Amino acid sequence: MNKKLQALVGAGAMAWSAMAMSAAQAADTIKVGVLHSLSGTMAISETTLKDTVLMLVDDLNKNGGLLGKQVEAVVVDPASDWPLFAEKARELIEKDQVSVVFGCWTSVSRKSVLPVFEELNSMLFYPVQYEGEESSRNVFYTGAAPNQQAIPAVDYLMSEDGGGAERIVLLGTDYVYPRTTNKILRSYLNGKGISDEDIMENYTPFGHSDWQSIVADVKAFASAGKKTAVVSTINGDANVPFYKELANQGIKAEDIPVVAFSVGEEELAGIDTAPLVGHLAAWNYFQSVESDANAAFIEKWHAFIGDEKRVTNDPMEATYIGFNMWKQAVEQAGTTDVDAVRQAMYGQEVANLTGGVAVMNTNHHLSKPVLIGEVQDDGQFDIVWETEGTVVGDAWSDFLPESAKLTADWTYPWVCGNCEKPMY
Amino acid sequence: MRNDIFSVLRRSPFFASKARCAAVQMIAVLACLMAFVTVAPNMAQAFSDEELRNIAEQLNDKSATTKVAVIEQMAADGDPRVAPILKAMLDGDLYVRDSDEHVVIATKKGKVYTHIDIVSGEESGESSSKELSKIKVNNRLRGALRDALATLNLFSPDLAVRTAAVEQIMDARDPAMLPLLLRAIDREEDETLLARMQLAEATMALAAGETTDERLAAILVLASETTPQIRAVLSQFVASAEAEGYQPEVVEAAKDALESVERRLSTWQTVGDVYRGISLGSVLLLAAVGLAITFGVMGVINMAHGEMIMIGAYTTFVVQQALAPFLPSGSAWSLAISVPAAFLVAGAVGVVIERCVIRFLYGRPLETLLATWGVSLVLQQAIRSIFGATNQQVTAPDFMSGAIEFSTGLVLTYNRLWIILFSVIVVAGIAAVLRYTAFGLQMRAVTQNRRMAGSVGIRTGYVDALTFGLGSGIAGIAGVALSQISNVSPNLGQTYIIDSFMVVVFGGVGNLWGTVLGAFSLGIVNKFLEPVAGAVLAKIFVLIALILFIQKRPKGLFALKGRAVEA
Repeated sequence: MNKKLQALVGAGAMAWSAMAMSAAQAADTIKVGVLHSLSGTMAISETTLKDTVLMLVDDLNKNGGLLGKQVEAVVVDPASDWPLFAEKARELIEKDQVSVVFGCWTSVSRKSVLPVFEELNSMLFYPVQYEGEESSRNVFYTGAAPNQQAIPAVDYLMSEDGGGAERIVLLGTDYVYPRTTNKILRSYLNGKGISDEDIMENYTPFGHSDWQSIVADVKAFASAGKKTAVVSTINGDANVPFYKELANQGIKAEDIPVVAFSVGEEELAGIDTAPLVGHLAAWNYFQSVESDANAAFIEKWHAFIGDEKRVTNDPMEATYIGFNMWKQAVEQAGTTDVDAVRQAMYGQEVANLTGGVAVMNTNHHLSKPVLIGEVQDDGQFDIVWETEGTVVGDAWSDFLPESAKLTADWTYPWVCGNCEKPMY
Repeated sequence: MRNDIFSVLRRSPFFASKARCAAVQMIAVLACLMAFVTVAPNMAQAFSDEELRNIAEQLNDKSATTKVAVIEQMAADGDPRVAPILKAMLDGDLYVRDSDEHVVIATKKGKVYTHIDIVSGEESGESSSKELSKIKVNNRLRGALRDALATLNLFSPDLAVRTAAVEQIMDARDPAMLPLLLRAIDREEDETLLARMQLAEATMALAAGETTDERLAAILVLASETTPQIRAVLSQFVASAEAEGYQPEVVEAAKDALESVERRLSTWQTVGDVYRGISLGSVLLLAAVGLAITFGVMGVINMAHGEMIMIGAYTTFVVQQALAPFLPSGSAWSLAISVPAAFLVAGAVGVVIERCVIRFLYGRPLETLLATWGVSLVLQQAIRSIFGATNQQVTAPDFMSGAIEFSTGLVLTYNRLWIILFSVIVVAGIAAVLRYTAFGLQMRAVTQNRRMAGSVGIRTGYVDALTFGLGSGIAGIAGVALSQISNVSPNLGQTYIIDSFMVVVFGGVGNLWGTVLGAFSLGIVNKFLEPVAGAVLAKIFVLIALILFIQKRPKGLFALKGRAVEA
């Protein structure tokens, strides 16, 4: 009897201490940083990505967390202020001790935080399509490189189905991404037999709102008798007035198709798309993709955000892939230590939302499918063309002579982001 | 019988491909014509019901090349039932019904799609979108569909449809359409359209013509008109003259014609630049005129002015959402109601800001600047918290969509035209308030001499609040107009704040007419620089020119005479 009681008390005590231990473990969480602008010009795009990370963290915690610990998202607001990005990144890494950061949208913000991540040897997942010409040991690029978006899109425009374009207008916002992309495109087009006189290049400031002259110029350029298409790297707020002007001036997609690299479902949400049907966008994901993974993702997103009307877009998929890849790499490495996780990242495979598999390559870029979608009158895209398999992201473009000879490979024997020959 | 001729012609080896195609189309059109004039519609149907159903099913083929061939075949057959099918396909209303694999035209009403059978042209049931799969079109198919419809519509009894068909043929410039066009010219009675048809004929005849006389005649017709297409046709002709070995006198005539067309086009280009300048000016004027009152008349450096515009735009959005259940889409009423609503909302916010912040800071411009800048950030973030950071959609009413298109390439979009008109009305309204109302008189009195105004019994504090409210309210009205051309996002105001200050400073602080002149001259200068220097450099040039101008005339275009308020 006495012994029985003792055993009972002992068991109770053990259970108690086990509970206390798990409580202590729960307090010790894994922290992930979220570095997206929640105010200022870029808030329009970046707020959605912050919500996406929060949703993924929430989902992970519901399914038991990571390495037996709960994951905690630390959200900061760099306020669309590029130098502030660097300060906030330092704060996340040094003060909050985050294991990884998901963040940045514009290339200039990424360039601003790059030295911080390299100095403190931390890890950034960058989820937006960009101009390439970069590979940092501390950044994983889950958006598209130019060869995963711009080049296939131009190929499509010049193909018979795309309309057989012979003259190309390159419209862009005046900063590093459009300028570099258009430099690559011009060199590529020249190689395809389109001379400089058949290429028109035009840049506008951020937030440009009066597109009358430029749209009229495009019309005049297109009246020369050769089939003309527009490649748009216009970013952010300027897109809405641009598309409104296109619609009002009656530019139909079958006459002058516009293919955009920075216009997704979210950007179209502010426009009546009926007059824009047939204009194009090139991405690695569209909300209209029919796959089980995508349907589940959209449902989860609507439930999390509490609004059935909210759309999903490509950078959200890139965030999803990046987050899941990091999660898998951490599980594989058994730790959140940056160097161990980085090694585990190479070759990591995650199911993407379009029914395929995303693979992380040793140049820190993903293998992704390329899709071209047509704007529909409900603000969604109808996929008209896609690559057969996935395309490996190319950090250094093959179409610029100075970068064609560079290689990015962070595994032995290269261990370098921009070298002409291996380090070892 | 007709079918027989058809097949003979198709098989005939004597018909070169172009000529055969044209002949087929001619007969197709004849058949089509008969369908319109004949009483019994069955007589004209070249397809049997079964044939039509089968061929329409091929429109759902995977390959775009096959689809194009099917479209051409259908159009060539002259069945009057073809045009509605192709039109529906172009509009994206053509579906395959999953239940019986029939091709149907489906139109959406609410959540239900009403099916129309393509063979009988009658309603054949309804379903949700899940039971239908859309026949996909891409830009290549849209082009083919429009060309096919143009040949079918060239003999339509509706003048507008015929005109659109001729414009499409002019754009396509396919020599195979020439015989068809000639037939249409013979039948056409409307003089304007006839001239367009002859022009379209000339664009094709220039290259397709056989003799020197034919070519010279075509050049003569072309030289009399001014459109970008003609410039393209002529310059292509001149460029290929050597390779094709045209006679020297023809090439000479073509060169002369090209030169005169280019000269006239460049005049039109200038007209276009002026119009776009006025349009930009009217937008600047709308954005700046509220500031002309708060900054110009009261001397308050109001950095939150842009946010008043934004509040006006959001008011438009809210009004439109609230009224959406009661009004048909495209109705102008929600916009009409938004104008007073935006004035009241933005005006009220303005009065609150004036009473709570600005009145303590009169005469301290730097502190006002910082305080109002802070207010602007607060307002932006407040809107972001309420409505979210993403853009909101304000739909344009029907009368503001589309454009007047001149054949010379000049496009006047309706929304811009209305905004020009609207800005004129707003400025006239303000001028009237200042000039003819008691409040306007008090306001001018306080501006000119605050103390004296106070001593004759004007409640200067009250006038200050109302003046600030008026300026803010007008910014709100500007927001209604800007919601039609710009983003409705929390950042809307920042886009316009700097331009607004530029206009007011350039025009001369405290002078309404200076603001008007300043806005239009900045707009026009900007639009003339833009094509030459690019949008970025144009802005920089304008800014530098403005700085130099202010060095020379610190008080702007029109300096206010007399004693300005506390300045």
